[in-house]
This record gives sequence, structure tokens and C-alpha cells, in this order.
Amino acid sequence: MKKLIPKKIMGSISYHGFVIVLGFIVFYPVLWLIASSLKGHAEIFQSAHSLIPSRLHFENYLEGWRGFGGITFGRFFSNSLYICGVGTLGQLVSASFAAYGFTRIKFLGRKLWFAVMIATLLLPAQVLRIPQYIFFNNLGWVDTYKPLIIPQVFAQPFFVFLIAQFIQGIPFELDEAATIDGCGKFSIFFRIILPNIIPALITSGIFSFYWSWNDFFTPLLYIQTVHKYPASLALQLFSDPSSVTNWGAQFAMSVLSLVPVFLIFLSFQRYLTEGISTTGLKS
Amino acid sequence: MRLERRTGISLERRRQKKRKGYNNLAGYFFIMPWLFGFVMLMIIPMGMSLYLSFTRYNILSPPVWTGTSNFVNIFTDDPRFWQSLKVTFSYVVAAVPLRLIFALFLAVLFTQKRIMGNLYRTIYYIPSLIGGSVAVAVMWRQLFGVYGAFNSILLSWGILEDSFGWITHPSTALWSLIILAAWQFGSPMLIFLAGLKQIPNSLYESAAIDGANWGQTFTRITLPMLSPVIFFNVVMQTINNFMMFTQAYIITEGRPFDRTLVYILYLFQRGFSYNQMGYACALAWIMFIVIAAITAFIFKSSPYWVYYESKGG
Repeated sequence: MKKLIPKKIMGSISYHGFVIVLGFIVFYPVLWLIASSLKGHAEIFQSAHSLIPSRLHFENYLEGWRGFGGITFGRFFSNSLYICGVGTLGQLVSASFAAYGFTRIKFLGRKLWFAVMIATLLLPAQVLRIPQYIFFNNLGWVDTYKPLIIPQVFAQPFFVFLIAQFIQGIPFELDEAATIDGCGKFSIFFRIILPNIIPALITSGIFSFYWSWNDFFTPLLYIQTVHKYPASLALQLFSDPSSVTNWGAQFAMSVLSLVPVFLIFLSFQRYLTEGISTTGLKS
Repeated sequence: MRLERRTGISLERRRQKKRKGYNNLAGYFFIMPWLFGFVMLMIIPMGMSLYLSFTRYNILSPPVWTGTSNFVNIFTDDPRFWQSLKVTFSYVVAAVPLRLIFALFLAVLFTQKRIMGNLYRTIYYIPSLIGGSVAVAVMWRQLFGVYGAFNSILLSWGILEDSFGWITHPSTALWSLIILAAWQFGSPMLIFLAGLKQIPNSLYESAAIDGANWGQTFTRITLPMLSPVIFFNVVMQTINNFMMFTQAYIITEGRPFDRTLVYILYLFQRGFSYNQMGYACALAWIMFIVIAAITAFIFKSSPYWVYYESKGG
């Protein structure tokens, strides 16, 4: 017994020691980015690996916020927020509609369409970029937010699938009882399904928001006017080859662009991890 | 009596028919947002791009039918196509296993019930949360740049004598992107964790009674029981990594000497820098077929290594 306890403690110490050291290595780039956003210009390169700035240069944030040609980062962030907000909202409405239709209504061709939708889950989106661009270009939508928002409004299969999985967990007896009470398919959706899928909606909302917030390729293709840039695109403006890069300012705005992502993660962590695990497991 | 029954049946039938009609109407109403998007944003663009891949098209003037010449040129007269294919395959072959092995390793580590386990998991997940963003790509470029932190550490430890351009040197440029991909292990890690939790404890208990050591338990119980989850992760990660673009565009821009010219970056250059939309459509279709073939191959291989409990051992 005496021998057992120290062995257990030793195991515990080596476990935590290992996890903490490895965790530090894994987390180091994030800390480094934050530290660099507070370093002076010379210091970013001279003591590149240190995590403690000799003096806190908060002016990086002010300089970065000033943006380009009179357009501040306030503008870029509100652009991002607009695109993500409208897109995510549209996504949630359309995906929950489609998920309900697929799981709760027996209509002609339901199984076929569901199989088609699952198959498109595996379709690499980038392959469609060029034809979609030509399509949107013909509609005169280049340099508007429509090509960024409209594809989200028409239910991406990933979210339909995620919400459909969740709806299948709601007992069908509830629907039957409501039908007996005279509810149609619409009122069943709004009165029974919708209140019960809030967790799935939160999970989908977070993913949709993240993807849209981090998206670089789509705005790169479609948005040409600088004052319409979302933050992801504006960050790259700092490294314009025609001028000297203000690294401190670029890092500062990079950190700022990650703040919403962190905040959402910290407040909805449970929904996020559960969402990732269930979509991975149930297919 | 007979009459009554007959009308009764036909009434019931009529009601059924009516309900069927109602269900069809309601069903299509609800899936309309998806169905409309599927047709307008997928089927029509795909049809268009199939047509355009047989044309010369620069968006400004109408497409000119050139038959199979795009495809012939791609396969016989375009070394950059072969280069981008090679780069993409090397990237995927290195990045996917590295990411998944790291993810599985950490998931096994975190299934142990320890104090602060949740905190650890969160800290390990955060890099993946932000990994796809431009901010991280910008950071990575600096971290591994000539004057970056990585060099600075190696210099101060005396491992390197001179600063080395990890991102600009032909032999390491692609690796800087692969390491970035491996660092994004968070989502597969969470999926593995959830999978590990579903393995019944009784299996481990009986293995312990039989005197199995850790390695035996892992290869005989954990891996087979987890294989459907591994399969899912392999499929999704392979498809995702074939589509890598942002990181290569921001960090290396395909340089040096096209050593990091991933396929989508090349497709982007052809389409938007050279304005060769027809050619780019042909490239997109080739990628589509390549990915479909690889996905099919992984699915076909699954009976040999994926264990489904219901089928029995």
C-alpha cells in the first residue's frame, strides 16, 4: 500500500507535466501572436521568440484600427458582422426548414433527395468556385455581398444534416399528438420542433458564423472595393508589397479579429464540442 | 350495408389521397430552400462548367468551342498542372496522417479522467478554432520567417548557426504548410474523444482479466472499435485538405519555384490571374474526378479495415 501511493502520484505528475509542456508548445503560437501585437517594430524581429514585450505598445492597436485610406477597421469589422449575421440567420431558417421536411414529412421522393443531399456533403466546394463565379458575374453580383450571403441562405447540406440528426431524437409521438389536436405540418414545426432544436440551432449558428467570419476565398473572389472588405480580406492589405508592412498593426488587428471567435467559443463551448462529436459519430 | 362499406372505403381512400397530396406539398415546401440552392448553385454551375471546360472563355467575350483541347493541353503541355498535382498529393499524404495521429494520441490522453482535463482539452482545441483564419496564416508566415520566432529559438539554443528561411527555402516550404495543418488537430480530436467514450468499458475489463497489456488493448480493442470514426475522419480530412487554399495563398503564394503550388491555388491563378475560365473549369473537373476516385477508393477499402459491430467480427 505504501508503495502504491507514490507510484500513483508519480504517474499523475508525469501525466500533468507532459500535458502542460506539450500544451505550451501547442499554444505557444497563439501567445506569440498576442505578445507580438504589443511589441515595438524593432522588437518583433530582434527578440522574436520572447513572449514578454519590453514595453507595451498599445499604439499598434490604434494604428491598425486607423486602417487604409481613411477606412477604419471599424468599417471592416461591421462589414464582416453584417455578412456573417445575415448569412447565419438565413442559414438557420433554411436548414431547419429542410431538416424538418426531410425527417418528419413523408413526401414523394424524400429518400432520394435525402441521399442526394448526403452525397453533396462529400462534394468539394472549391470545385464549384469558378462556375459559381461565372454565374454570379452574369447576374451582375460581383462586388456585392450577394455571392457571400445567398449561398448560405440556401441551406448547406452540413447544417441540414446536423439539425436532421437532432430532430430524429425528438419523439414522433409529439407530432402525432399534435396532429390529433388538429395541428398541420406548419404549426407542428413552429410549436413542437422549433422549441426543441434550440441546441442544434446554436451549434449550427456557431459553425456558420465561424466559417463565414474566417472565409477568405469568397470575398477575395467577389469583393473589389476596399470599403466593402470584410476583416479577413482587410488583414491581408497590411502586407501590400508596395508599402512597408506595419507588422505591429497587422498583428494587433489579427488579434482583434480573433476576439469574437474566442468569445463565442467561451460562452458556447459545450454546444460546439457536442456538435462536432455528434456530426462525426452518427454518420 | 355493402354500399355503406364501399363508400366508407372510398372516403378513407380519398382522405388518404388528400393527406398524401398535402404531405407532398408540405414536404417540398420545407425542403425548397435546400432544393433551390442545390439546383441553382450546384447543378446549373456544374453543367455550365462542364460545357465551358470544352471552350476558350475569358468572361469578357462569349466562349469559343475548342473541343477537348483544354484537356489535351492540361495533360500533355502543362508542367505546372503536374507540379500542382504532385504538391497537393504530397501535402495531403503528409498532412492528413500527421493531423489524425496527433488527434488520436491526444484523444487517448484526454479520455483519462484527470483533474483539469476539461481545461487542457480547451487549451489544445483553441489553435484549431482559429486555424483557418487569415490572422493565423499571417502569424505563421512571421513565425517561420527568416526573422521569426522559430529561427530565434533555434539560434538561441545553438541548433542553428544562421537564420534559415523555412518558408522561402524549396526543401522546407511545403513542410511549413504541413506543420500548420497538423497543428489543426482539434476537430478530429473531439470526434475521436466522443468515439472513445462509446467503447463499452466491459471490453477493457475483460481484456484486463485476460492479462492484456496496454499495447494489446489498444490494437485489439481501441483501434477496431474506433475504426468507423477513423474512417469518417480520414474521408473528411482527405477531402478538406485537397481543397487547401488560404494558407498557401497567404503564407507562400505557391513559392518558391511552385513548390507549394497546391491545386486550388493553380486553378485560381489560371481562372483569375490569366483569365482562362474555360481552362480553369477543365482543371476543376479533373480535380472533381480525382477526389471522387480517391473517396471511392477509401470507401471500397473500408471492409478491409473498418469494423462494424452489427456485422459481427
